[in-house]
Amino acid sequence: MLDLNKSFSSASFYEYLINEMLMGTRCNNCGDLSIRPRPICFKCHSQVLEWVQFSGFGSLSTFTIIAIPPTIMVNRGFSRDNTYCSGIVTLEEGPRVSGFISGVDCNNPDTIEIGLSVKVDFSNMWEDLPTVMFVPR
Amino acid sequence: MVELRRNRRLAKGVSIAGVGIAQFGAFPAKTTRDIFSEAVQDLLNRSEYGLNISDIQCGYIGNFSADRFEGQAHLGSILSDWIGLTPTPFTRVENGCASSGSALREGVMAIASGLYDIVLVGGVEKMTSVPTMEATDNLASVADSLYEVPAGFTFPGIYASVAKAHMDRYETNLEHLMKVSIKNHHNGSLNPKAQFNMPLEELMQQRIDWAKERSAEIPHWNDANEFLNDLMANPWIAWPLRLFDCAPITDGAACALLVSSDLSRHFTDTPVNIIGIGQATGRPLHDAEDLTSFGATRSASKEAYDMAGINPNQIQLAEVHDCFTIAEIIAMEDLGLFTPGDASRAVDDGRTSLNGELPINTSGGLKAKGHPVGASGVAQAAEVFLQLSGKAELRQVQQKGLNLALSQSVGGAGGTSVVTIYERG
Repeated sequence: MLDLNKSFSSASFYEYLINEMLMGTRCNNCGDLSIRPRPICFKCHSQVLEWVQFSGFGSLSTFTIIAIPPTIMVNRGFSRDNTYCSGIVTLEEGPRVSGFISGVDCNNPDTIEIGLSVKVDFSNMWEDLPTVMFVPR
Repeated sequence: MVELRRNRRLAKGVSIAGVGIAQFGAFPAKTTRDIFSEAVQDLLNRSEYGLNISDIQCGYIGNFSADRFEGQAHLGSILSDWIGLTPTPFTRVENGCASSGSALREGVMAIASGLYDIVLVGGVEKMTSVPTMEATDNLASVADSLYEVPAGFTFPGIYASVAKAHMDRYETNLEHLMKVSIKNHHNGSLNPKAQFNMPLEELMQQRIDWAKERSAEIPHWNDANEFLNDLMANPWIAWPLRLFDCAPITDGAACALLVSSDLSRHFTDTPVNIIGIGQATGRPLHDAEDLTSFGATRSASKEAYDMAGINPNQIQLAEVHDCFTIAEIIAMEDLGLFTPGDASRAVDDGRTSLNGELPINTSGGLKAKGHPVGASGVAQAAEVFLQLSGKAELRQVQQKGLNLALSQSVGGAGGTSVVTIYERG
């Protein structure tokens, strides 16, 4: 049963995520959607918000291939010889979100196209820190 | 509802009456306070009429993260004590990589408010005390640690994403980015305080000597272009950015003496007036209006231009925040100095070179001068002061009637931007 009464906090966002739901907020006053669940609407500053579930479908708006990873990604096994893709995805509902982009050829970044159709993927969640992850559709 | 004033004005004229710059580089034996003191000593040694340090009434010091890099917080007090200024009030300002851009603005407001007449602003960062991976982690903390970092983004990675989006929209390419790097390294070779105070050719020779010493395969490049196109010498950091697209990790400090304009000639014959200053915040890249532009720079520059009463096309020299080569390109566009898409071509054509129509980053920029993050904003102001007062020596811009200049200091990937406009006094 989907609990829609969680507080508008990052802890709630990641609780939803580990339960395989990409959630965000909708402002009841102006309808603005946001992935990051802040208690005040970015657009109209109303405090009357509700949780909404996003479809997880979107397109890749920009990306990078990381060769010098931070500690958290080194601990996940990444390195100069095992690079990975991070990107920004524009969801079909409108908002954008930063995510780990799996299933693309990091050794040939020129083959990865801006506009690539992607969907959220919960199948390879790291346990240390939940991560929004996408795969090509 | 009260009516708010939209056109912000400084209530009192503020001038820079002197600057000090510590040697930029990697100094294992120096701590934050040593490097900062070196900048203050340089200010005192350059002073024309014997500046007395006890004349300073207040200080604002930009520092990003001495707490993480060195385990030392509360720098206002520590640094005031170290240069013998207690009980003068000193405040540390933290705004990521724009920390001392913001410290400069705090100092300007302190004088414009009428509270003080003589204020020291500065910035310092000691970064080489930790391994590169820890420095990478520290720098990533300027991004959103809850929504950007978990996706695997590093700080270079976020700028790389801006570069990719810019390349996709405006046909900017790796060659354009390389030209920014070559230009800034050339300027840095003329700046004795720069971390890379040498031509790229000398760096290439160092690599060759290094290989010889280790009996490794000796690389060969015909010129700097070949060197920068060799992925062994210039490897990917975050595609499409390579090592020489990124500012280095640097220890360094800079300071500037701000004074009420009516007092400026007691300190120097060549004061530089601050005629406009603006600061703004911006959203993380994924929520930015445009992936190829920083709204904070557009807002801060509008405020600064309005305050100064000038247009972007009147600017004759600029120091911009080139923490990555792409950052210089988008700064040129967001500041209104070039139209979007034209900045890459301007660099390509040499229009922003030392003796081009609009010299940008004559100091070598963050790329070649070095980027001690909390010091960079005031270090830019110091370069502008030297150029406008005709004291930039080997790299002095020869343009006749050099009068108006600008600096832009950015925190994170457009999270903060501070734009300052200067006029020769």
